[in-house]
Amino acid sequence: MRTSYKIVTGLGAAHKGVGHFIKQRVTALALLVLIPLFLFQFLSSFSSGYNGVMAWLGSPFGAAVTFLVVSAMVVHMRLGVQTAIEDYFGGTVRTIALLLNGIFALALWLIAVYALIKISFGG
Amino acid sequence: MSTGWSDPRPLSPFTSIWRWHVTMVTSILHRASGVALYGGVFVLVAWLAAAAEGPKAYMKLMSIMASWPGRALLFGFTLALSFHLLNGVRYLLWDKGIGYDKEMADRTAWAVIVLAAILTLAIWVTAYWSLDLLRTGG
Repeated sequence: MRTSYKIVTGLGAAHKGVGHFIKQRVTALALLVLIPLFLFQFLSSFSSGYNGVMAWLGSPFGAAVTFLVVSAMVVHMRLGVQTAIEDYFGGTVRTIALLLNGIFALALWLIAVYALIKISFGG
Repeated sequence: MSTGWSDPRPLSPFTSIWRWHVTMVTSILHRASGVALYGGVFVLVAWLAAAAEGPKAYMKLMSIMASWPGRALLFGFTLALSFHLLNGVRYLLWDKGIGYDKEMADRTAWAVIVLAAILTLAIWVTAYWSLDLLRTGG
């Protein structure tokens, strides 16, 4: 079996485009609801200082809203920055930038999840 | 713009051949604010991590963010978030074919710029006067 010319030359579609498009819009819609909700709760708890913030983040609803908003943000920002990287960079720089983008987004998400679990269950 | 392509075809954006226009401004600001908010999510996660770490780490982060450079950064993130959110709604409506004609796209572009500024100020006024953000003590 022969490898097609477009694969050898590195041209043609990666067949990830539709998934990217849909995920970007689903997370956008989710954030449209989650961000106002999160900001309102955040500002409400913030005025009562560290204990107020911990009580809110440790409550099931506060933890759920924070988890959802961070999760949607991380997916949305990874996809958005991926598009920007693909527009401006090529070759090895592009490869490394895309790799770092994925690692950075995943790391932020894992740290947020760890923090929320620690706050909820006490560490 | 870049090197190392196997494909010499031109890439977007063709900023050098476009006349400046408000829809172009919103398009560029959408990308710029989106990339800036990458840092915003970093600060948000740092804030969560500091809260999980304990009161000392939390107060340390609070004192950094309460400084004038810290406040300027947070104000910038608020502005970027307000603009990106509002302009994002515009793009979602475009996906449905709503407001996609030239006149409407121009008008909503101006509206989004003005509303983003108003929303940012509204959030900061609320934070300062109603919630007393300056008291960062626990």
